Amino acid sequence: MKEFKGRVLNGGYYKGEAVVSHQGVNTLASFQSPAIMHAKKVKIADQNNPDIFQKNVTGKALCLPQTIGSTTGGMVLQVICSMGINPACLLFSEHIDSLAGAGVILSVVWENSKLIAIDQLGQEFLDTVKTGDTIEVTEDGTVRIL
Amino acid sequence: MAYRYKMKLTPEQIDILEGGQGAVKAKVMETIVRYGDMFEATELVKVTHGEGHLVTSFGLSLLTPVFRIMDELIGAGLKVEEGFTADPRPNDIDNVSCSLLDKLLYTKILYGKQGSYEQQLTKLGLKSDDAFTCTCYYPEIGNVPAKGDILSWAESSAVNYANSVLGARCNRNSGMIELFGSIVGYVPKFGLLTDEGRKAKWKVTVNTTKKPLPQILGSAIGLKVMEDVPYVTGLDKWIGTELTDECKSYLKDFGAATASNGAVGLYHVENLTPEAKELGESLLQEGYREYIIDDAELERVYKSYPVMWKEPEKKGTIAFIGCPHLSRTQLEEWADRILEGLKSAGRDKVTCQTVLFTPPAVAKAFAETPKYAQIRKAGVELTSICPLMYTSNPLTKSRRIMTCSNKLRTYSLARYYKDDELLAIVTGKEDRL
Repeated sequence: MKEFKGRVLNGGYYKGEAVVSHQGVNTLASFQSPAIMHAKKVKIADQNNPDIFQKNVTGKALCLPQTIGSTTGGMVLQVICSMGINPACLLFSEHIDSLAGAGVILSVVWENSKLIAIDQLGQEFLDTVKTGDTIEVTEDGTVRIL
Repeated sequence: MAYRYKMKLTPEQIDILEGGQGAVKAKVMETIVRYGDMFEATELVKVTHGEGHLVTSFGLSLLTPVFRIMDELIGAGLKVEEGFTADPRPNDIDNVSCSLLDKLLYTKILYGKQGSYEQQLTKLGLKSDDAFTCTCYYPEIGNVPAKGDILSWAESSAVNYANSVLGARCNRNSGMIELFGSIVGYVPKFGLLTDEGRKAKWKVTVNTTKKPLPQILGSAIGLKVMEDVPYVTGLDKWIGTELTDECKSYLKDFGAATASNGAVGLYHVENLTPEAKELGESLLQEGYREYIIDDAELERVYKSYPVMWKEPEKKGTIAFIGCPHLSRTQLEEWADRILEGLKSAGRDKVTCQTVLFTPPAVAKAFAETPKYAQIRKAGVELTSICPLMYTSNPLTKSRRIMTCSNKLRTYSLARYYKDDELLAIVTGKEDRL
């Protein structure tokens, strides 16, 4: 078991599967199509991200460095949270970026979302965690790879 | 429980946060303050260029939370006092030819809320019916901040341009955050609003044997530096040291590619952009990283773009030119090149549906010229919509869209072609090669 500690942006408990992107996740490219199609699960639509392309992230822990791309990003995150098809956790190895940060806050303040968000988990976290790993996240920002 | 803020707030800001100006404005302020706290902002600073720019211009039916919040804001009597521009409209069935089914999808299903959403935007301060463009900073539109102005904008390419080419100060705000900042008149001071945050973590040396295409150069840099600020040297050799119309159009396309292929909110070009001219290499952070771009590197990046068409061996059926919207200079140039290309190929009409995208004010002025009639006769369509929003229609997934925009390539299934390649295809020159 490996353990990492990050900064809690919105805390909560989670135990489940990790989906890992080693490159920045393009929020618009990833989430827009599934949202438009009213999909029951988000299968990542970003053709430029082979790590997670076509992977289901709904209810899972999306592990990533940061998000990238269009400034609709935060709002798109808010929309998938309002639809209840969001990842359960966003686990950032780096400092959260402004678009994902906005998405988390919009979801929490305006949607009462329970989206867990932890940042600054470090590069070693992203180097260690693998898609399919079972992980446990606790309120204090501890992430355990079981 | 009231939010426990960390940054320094003035008595007026605390009053807003605590509900002194109403519950909805308090919630708006809480969102802005939480956002700032997340990024260790020291304080909220006044927005000095009050005209906002919104990224959310489209009444996409799924945006239920946005429509709901807009209603809350309007109900509370809130608006952007100095008004705002917004990104392009999503569809234009009068000027971009499409099938009956497309029309039905655009107007009744996908963007069925467009009319009511535009009414909401108007109540909140939309400047005019023609204020829909991603390039609000063109003189024809007039939302042009001055150097040093603090903005509350979104739209990655517009923020990138305002920071880099105009020297204004704006973070890469998300949709809704930009509206909230414009309503309360304050934004958190962090990142690109600070001198330190505007320093470059990368020195990029352009060492090519010919003028690099802005779309590929920007893509290469965006993919490499992600959200960091690059300081670009060697580019002035190709695009000059003065911000001419041609140069600004180049930087607009270059910047949009850095912002969409990565997350660049600000770049400096040595001897050209305002802060680089003023401060030179002192803009480089200690311990900066280096990236050298030569012809081979640009070719590597270009060849790395995946072709996502279902039948990639077939020819494209639609050409989209102008994401971000074409400037008047670019529009004239594309019109001239298409007309000349058709003439030399011995053709009267373009080979496939070809659409040029430009802001409403530019399109209206251009429509008064003889050249407009000539391109229309040649089958070229002119519109002011967002090509990306056009591709939100699932029916377009089976169409083979071609584009010379790296932003559109990134966010859709469109295939990227260099300008000359695309021109050769639409004018039929390709068939004669």
